Amino acid sequence: MNATNRTPGASIDIRKASKRYGKFVALRDLDLSIRPGEFMTLLGPSGSGKTTTLNLIAGFTEVSSGSLEIGGKSVLGLPSHKRNIGVVFQHYALFPHMSVGRNVAYPLTLRGIGRAERDGKVRHALEMVKMADFAHRYPNELSGGQQQRVALARALVFDPPLLLMDEPLGALDKKLREWLQLEIKRIHRELGTTFVYVTHDQEEALVLSDRIAVFNGGQVEQIGNGRELYDHPATLFVGRFIGESTVLRGKADIVGGDTVVSIAGTKIVASGKISGHAAPVILLRPERAVLHRPGTGVVDGENRLSGIVEEAIYVGSGSKYDIRLKDGTTAVVRSPLGAPEFAIGDTAEIAFRPGDVTLLADDASADITLT
Amino acid sequence: MSALPQTDNQTAGGRPARRLNLRDAGWLAAPAVLLLAAVLVYPLAIIVLRSFSEPEPGLQNYIWFFGSPVNRAVLQRTFVLSGWVTLASLICAYPYAYAMTVVGKNLRLILILCVLVPFWLSGVVRTLAWVILLQDSGVINSILRGLGLSPVKLIRTQLGVVIGMTQVLLPFMILPIYSVMKGIDTRLLQAARSLGAKPWRAFLQIYVPLSLPGVYAGAIIVFILSLGFYITPALLGGPRSTMLSSLVQNQVLSLLNWGRGGAMGVVLLVATFILLAIAAPLMRQKHTQTRREK
Repeated sequence: MNATNRTPGASIDIRKASKRYGKFVALRDLDLSIRPGEFMTLLGPSGSGKTTTLNLIAGFTEVSSGSLEIGGKSVLGLPSHKRNIGVVFQHYALFPHMSVGRNVAYPLTLRGIGRAERDGKVRHALEMVKMADFAHRYPNELSGGQQQRVALARALVFDPPLLLMDEPLGALDKKLREWLQLEIKRIHRELGTTFVYVTHDQEEALVLSDRIAVFNGGQVEQIGNGRELYDHPATLFVGRFIGESTVLRGKADIVGGDTVVSIAGTKIVASGKISGHAAPVILLRPERAVLHRPGTGVVDGENRLSGIVEEAIYVGSGSKYDIRLKDGTTAVVRSPLGAPEFAIGDTAEIAFRPGDVTLLADDASADITLT
Repeated sequence: MSALPQTDNQTAGGRPARRLNLRDAGWLAAPAVLLLAAVLVYPLAIIVLRSFSEPEPGLQNYIWFFGSPVNRAVLQRTFVLSGWVTLASLICAYPYAYAMTVVGKNLRLILILCVLVPFWLSGVVRTLAWVILLQDSGVINSILRGLGLSPVKLIRTQLGVVIGMTQVLLPFMILPIYSVMKGIDTRLLQAARSLGAKPWRAFLQIYVPLSLPGVYAGAIIVFILSLGFYITPALLGGPRSTMLSSLVQNQVLSLLNWGRGGAMGVVLLVATFILLAIAAPLMRQKHTQTRREK
């Protein structure tokens, strides 16, 4: 655990990996490269293939086709107990008949490490997760958060070059989850181990990750850091999955180099155009729009959409409004403190610049229920 | 220690706060307690009393029992044979119960039926079936002769008694082991493998210890039932495999000596209690450790 025996993080290269269970395709032609020491989060709704990917890396399942390399070496056919990868499970998976200390010592015992060295490493690992005082307790005497910290110590005590985590905080309440996120981030910084983290919680992904791979339908839709995914989503699915957004649909024309979409009779201009034959839609982030009273604050070249305030929520840093447009769409707008305030039932105009929206190809599969 | 969020300790164990209070629920056991008092405690008290009072007050029945080498040999044999039956049941039941937890739904149903069907047949019928199988001209020896092998003496031997009793008592071993095994989280084995354990090592170090409460429970039930078993040893056994229950039957029903019969019953009961007292702490310790929130 200390700087001298720290194992450098391993890289992961997955090429054209597919996984089929009978007729069900869990992964199709997946390509994913993870850099040494990186904190990579696999983000997506349930059934999108993120856990399958983790299980492939851990060796719990094998690819139906494709290649998988860890640290530059193919691990196809290598059973999980020979892969030397730490795994943290959502259900903790502590051995109930062993004390915390024996749980953490277990991987060291398996590796034939002597008593003195083992005790030292176990103590270090438990100190790292702030559980050193609990070595003699049994798992059923610990809370969920404590159990998961012990599981983390157990997965890291043998200095693996790679740590996999499958929704490790999914069973914990919000406050504890947020605190443990920061702990995991700190431990990652201290160790330099490659972390691969599976979650369906996009906020968690943004807090933790160097990069995020957004999964949908057994494929990676986009890989990037939080800012890239939020500001420049490659697909409508990514745009809707990461953060809040309003999707504006209508009949579209290309005018000059720009796209003009007609929404309930109002023409909305978005900079640029999309390639391909799919119909373009406009993705608007809640912070990119400003609310005005009808007819006020008009600026040349700005888009304007009129609607009725359906919901107004004070969120401390400002207000959040749901605006029902004439075509039935509900638009989300966040106003900073000091901006004009609106009450439910007021008529408001949403203003935004053509360059502040993202044009994306329409995709019905992006409308699946988001978890 | 940095500041831990308050919630960390408040969620400890995830135990439900509302639990039926034992004192409130105690009366639910009243019918069973009354029945037991009437049909078990009362007759038992009478037997204990008569073992000390017939034909005259004193310890003469116990002095007679322990004074006879034959009686002591039968007592010893009863415990030894029960031990063999328990061991044989365990060897058959453990893999069977494990198979029940891993096979598909339909096959599991068949396996459960195979365990339960013997319960629906009387012990006498099953033992008579064993007579047909084990006797000198029976099915097993016919097959051995057909294969050109020399026949084996099975009926009226201790081996025959152990085989018969094991078959009859097997369900009492399988069911407790199965009920514990099906609660074992097999994802723990996956976790052990990820930590570097070979599959067989994960099984021995994680699965087997977690299944032990079922093994203890099954072993104690089978052993205690074996100690008092009557029909099977009587029908399958010979003079050299007499068990204590046959002696009791002889004293009480043939010689009408309730004092001596009662004394033997008391000896068996006390021996059983001593055994349970030895096994109980072992069981309790393992038991609490396998209980975990799901």
